[in-house]
Amino acid sequence: MSGARQDLTLAIAFIAPYAALFLAFALYPIGYALWMGSKLSLYTDLIADPLYLPSALNTALFVGVGVNVKMFLALLLSGFFMQPRWWIRALLVVYVLPWTLPAIQTAISFRWMLSGEEDGLVNRLLSLLLGIDGPIWFNHWGLALGSNIVFYVWKWMPFWTLIFLAGRMAIPRDVSDAATVDGATGVRRFVHVTFPLLANLYLVCTLLSIAWTMGEFTTVYFVSGGAPVWSTQVLTTLGFHYAFDVANPSLAVAAVMSVLPVLVPVVVVLLRKVEARTLQL
Amino acid sequence: MLGILLLIWSVAPIYNMLLIALDPEEGEVEFSGNIWPPEPSLESFRVVLMQDARYLEHFWRQLGNSVYIGLMTMVLTVVVASLASFAVSRMPLKHGSLLTNASLLTYTIPVSFLIFPFYRIAHAYGLSNDPWAVIAAHVAFATPFAILILRQYARLIPIELDDAARVDGASSIQVYWRVHLPLTTPALGAIAMYALVLAWNDYLYQFVLLSSEKHMTLAVMQAQLFDDADPPWNAMMAAAIMYSLPPVAMFFALRRRISAVLTIRGSGG
Repeated sequence: MSGARQDLTLAIAFIAPYAALFLAFALYPIGYALWMGSKLSLYTDLIADPLYLPSALNTALFVGVGVNVKMFLALLLSGFFMQPRWWIRALLVVYVLPWTLPAIQTAISFRWMLSGEEDGLVNRLLSLLLGIDGPIWFNHWGLALGSNIVFYVWKWMPFWTLIFLAGRMAIPRDVSDAATVDGATGVRRFVHVTFPLLANLYLVCTLLSIAWTMGEFTTVYFVSGGAPVWSTQVLTTLGFHYAFDVANPSLAVAAVMSVLPVLVPVVVVLLRKVEARTLQL
Repeated sequence: MLGILLLIWSVAPIYNMLLIALDPEEGEVEFSGNIWPPEPSLESFRVVLMQDARYLEHFWRQLGNSVYIGLMTMVLTVVVASLASFAVSRMPLKHGSLLTNASLLTYTIPVSFLIFPFYRIAHAYGLSNDPWAVIAAHVAFATPFAILILRQYARLIPIELDDAARVDGASSIQVYWRVHLPLTTPALGAIAMYALVLAWNDYLYQFVLLSSEKHMTLAVMQAQLFDDADPPWNAMMAAAIMYSLPPVAMFFALRRRISAVLTIRGSGG
């Protein structure tokens, strides 16, 4: 049938722009990266660098704590924002603001809340309200790393809250009505009704977020900037340093490749979940 | 109570930006115990508009560069993702979903890591110091997620609508144009927002791939604050606030659309 042939041609024409884009600007750079990072000696160089292992540890902490705190709070808060009250709707608009605001400028602002030329907003408020001297935030590894995580959660939690809000709205009303009739409220309702229905979405989003957060650059580069003395670097900012301060881009790529043993399984599970067509958004 | 906490949490860094921008004393950012500057002034906004401070000499051109990259990323992401998701979900393309699933491979290596090979590839394509290298990177990274969302959303549109249109003699192009496109507009709005935010948040690609003054974007200009001991803080924060406005405005404009995506989901299951 010529109609079917025509349709096939059209389908190929429709998908061609993305196919070209994917090959030229996604697959090729990935292949190029694999090739750049394929020399084994690079990895011995990496291990030999005293900056590498702490940066890998920071990346694990940043992603592990940041993503989980962010996703779990987003899931809970999406329930809060389900309530049909006018002030909660208005609040949702304000709550989403951090996601719509540019990262660099807000990161700089956040940094200056903690450490201004004299003292930042936070420390002023601490001494004003509680009468205590705030710490020098970026002089301490834990506080600096914590500040990075807090900014990261602030910036990205609203986005995932919106996604979960959509997921909750997709739960058919009769299911939640039936749960109410059966007397499931509060925590029990969440554990036995809401969460099982959202579990798959939650998993997919968490995996996606892990993959994205492994490469988080802006937060660390602009909030702590690696302070104190390079101790809060993550692998991305370390790679940036290798590539542009030391002019060794291959070493930068090797630093990246070292997270692949973690990332590849994450993406494989993600692909399976999406392929299974059970994902509800 | 939770509401008040959330309000403070969400607004604090934004409030801090305003506080600095509205403080009339040049170069002073000390917070002297006041919750509001004693003499708030719009002077720093005037300085930005007139390009009358260090770093801000080319404010309008840099904002223009950012807008160009943001708009192109947005439009191309919407067009490319919409066409691809229609082909995969509504046309007889046997292995089409292989490509859209494979597209998620884009996320195996974080975007910020790919900048190192990307820098060389842009050279090889003859795109060094060209805004199109940045746009291509943004679109390539935004589209897989956009296709994922669109395919989910397209499942809510009954296939019978397509069939009915075809019975009436509509070709596939007409089905796309008259049925698919109008019905997916809410999701397209959400995707457009997502793509714009992605481009607007970027620093790394714009910094590395655009080396000349002429192509410098506002995000890259603002990052120079870090290498300076005494930058014009108030004006820079005023510029930051102005840079923040377009995505916020777009979110407000699309709020109805985005909540329509939510409600259709609610009734459709």
